[in-house]
Amino acid sequence: MANPTAAQISREEFFYGHKACAGCGGSLAVRAALKVLGPQAVSVLPAGCMSAVGFNFPQLCFSNNSIISTFAGTASMLTGVEAGLRAKGYKDFTAVGFAGDGGTADIGIQALSGAIDRNDNIIYICYDNEAYMNTGIQKSGLTPFGARTTTTPAGANIHGNIRPKKNMFEIAAAHDIPYAATASIGYLPDFIRKVEKASQIKGTKYIHVIAPCPTGWGIAPDETVESAKEVVDCGLWYLAEYENGSYTLNRKPKQFTDVAAYLKKQGRFKHLDDADIETIIQSRDKKWQFIEKTFQLP
Amino acid sequence: MSKRFLSGNEAFAEGIRLAKPDVISAYPITPQTIVVERLSEMVEDKSLGAEFIHVESEHSALSCAIGASAAGARAFTATSSQGLLYMAECLYYASGGRFPIVMMNADRSTALPWNIYGDQRDSLSQLDSGWIQVYAENAQEALDLALMSYRIAEDSRVSTPVMVNLDGFVLTHTYETVEIPEQAQADRFLPPYETENRIDFDNPKNMAFSAGPDTNYIFKYKAHEGMLAAKQVIAEAESDFAEIFGRSYSGLLERYRTEDADYILVTLGSIAGLCRETADRLRAEGIKAGVVRLRYIRPFPHAEIADALKHAKAFAVLEKDISFGSEGTVFTNVNSALQRAGLSVRGSNYIGGLGGRNISAGDIAQIFRDLQGDPPHVNFIGIGGDGNG
Repeated sequence: MANPTAAQISREEFFYGHKACAGCGGSLAVRAALKVLGPQAVSVLPAGCMSAVGFNFPQLCFSNNSIISTFAGTASMLTGVEAGLRAKGYKDFTAVGFAGDGGTADIGIQALSGAIDRNDNIIYICYDNEAYMNTGIQKSGLTPFGARTTTTPAGANIHGNIRPKKNMFEIAAAHDIPYAATASIGYLPDFIRKVEKASQIKGTKYIHVIAPCPTGWGIAPDETVESAKEVVDCGLWYLAEYENGSYTLNRKPKQFTDVAAYLKKQGRFKHLDDADIETIIQSRDKKWQFIEKTFQLP
Repeated sequence: MSKRFLSGNEAFAEGIRLAKPDVISAYPITPQTIVVERLSEMVEDKSLGAEFIHVESEHSALSCAIGASAAGARAFTATSSQGLLYMAECLYYASGGRFPIVMMNADRSTALPWNIYGDQRDSLSQLDSGWIQVYAENAQEALDLALMSYRIAEDSRVSTPVMVNLDGFVLTHTYETVEIPEQAQADRFLPPYETENRIDFDNPKNMAFSAGPDTNYIFKYKAHEGMLAAKQVIAEAESDFAEIFGRSYSGLLERYRTEDADYILVTLGSIAGLCRETADRLRAEGIKAGVVRLRYIRPFPHAEIADALKHAKAFAVLEKDISFGSEGTVFTNVNSALQRAGLSVRGSNYIGGLGGRNISAGDIAQIFRDLQGDPPHVNFIGIGGDGNG
């Protein structure tokens, strides 16, 4: 039987002809989300991978209305676009932001928090490739523990990034946002369902989608989707939703796949020793204790 | 038309009400805050039908206004000092994207040391940001500029944002009688905002894009061209304004008794009134004094300033600004205008009013007296020459 989501999704393309790296996870997230939201979507993208690869005059790669914001200004520009269109009498449109991990969790978090606080009627999608990839793989607030980046080198003294990922999903939820979700491009039907759901909810919606970057992660271009699946299967990421004040887990692996196997496939984690991996496993287990205690389980 | 006793901030808010913006993004900062307070009240009592958005920073204030303008909406925000500096990135963004936003700036000192009082170091530091910059002298002019600036910014020949500057406290917080035009008059003067530079569902746009070395300079040249075109558009707007409202303005600058003046003081903002009074007083003593008040600093009135100064024996520029290690920025610009015109007129720069320090009538009279001798190039009122020639 054909995948029901694949059969239903639009064949129309809104983001093509761009120059993203082969196997780019971020461009897949943007492409899929726009297929769901359709031609009435107005995209706001800050400085970052997707604007760098898709917005070079005269080669402009969005067939829906799209605009680059300042790096810190994804959410604030979304607010203005939404208010402006509404003021001009438009009703049938979706203001959607696509910002990377640095654009969201670091420089853009103030504006995002403000937009959620006002409950502006926007969808904010963070495509998380876990570092500043566009500028050459520098650490962001969403770079995971142990990852080697060009600003967290792995040497004899320091084994890459010493801090865990900032928890943007729960930060968004803590604003009592109408809808927040985590997703992975490895589980595309789940991501698509969440974008669709977000488009039907009034107020601010936040979707955090893991989108591997072969260039920055040190994987082959054809391993993007597999890595995005594995990160969920080994428990280092999870698929969940926050709605009406409560958390729901969408997928509970019966048994986690091997964390070390997930890590060792990627160039950015190659240097990790057994103690580092044990730290990562302990941190995962602590997170899942919290999830099992706090979230509604499937 | 009605008359009311209003502060500069309140008068400006009344002007904005008449301009009927669609979206107002607001963040408080002294001494600008009263503008957004009044506008929020107008939205509450429905005398203004705008979306009023409480943003979380000045950066977001202007970013939000840019988003609204990209949607084809008329957008307004206001700021001051540190707020203007905090949003600086967005200033360039708004002008580069040719979004005709109007912003009021309450001119205030910049930290450090901290100080909430008026000087012009905030706005003058942003002359290169691509915004039209105009400086009001009084509350009536502030109200009138609120209306006029949308007309200028939105003209398709210009498509450039406008920053209207009011001296902090001295103008924003002092009260005077102000004529408030009728809405019908304002509507006659300022048509609804129409543009192709906007989100369009029938013809989708990719906006605020990148442009490489082969095309980037063309966009920059076009922005320069738009700013220069504002000179003509300002003249047309003032002509229509005079016809509809019965009040007239004198373009990029205002001359006072300059025709036969030996000594001319060039300045900007609310200090100009005291300068004119002082010039009158000195004329009674036999010193032929005149005053030029610069209204617009961008676009800069090169030809007009040269024409005003061409017969003078000497001139001074009095400004609330200093570019450390050089001189006041307005002085630099005035000298450039003279150089363009091939004129050699002796000039000196007087830096005063920093951090809200009072400039007295005596200080201004002293400038005119100094000009009869050979004062240093750069003088700090209350300190003296800077020792650099």
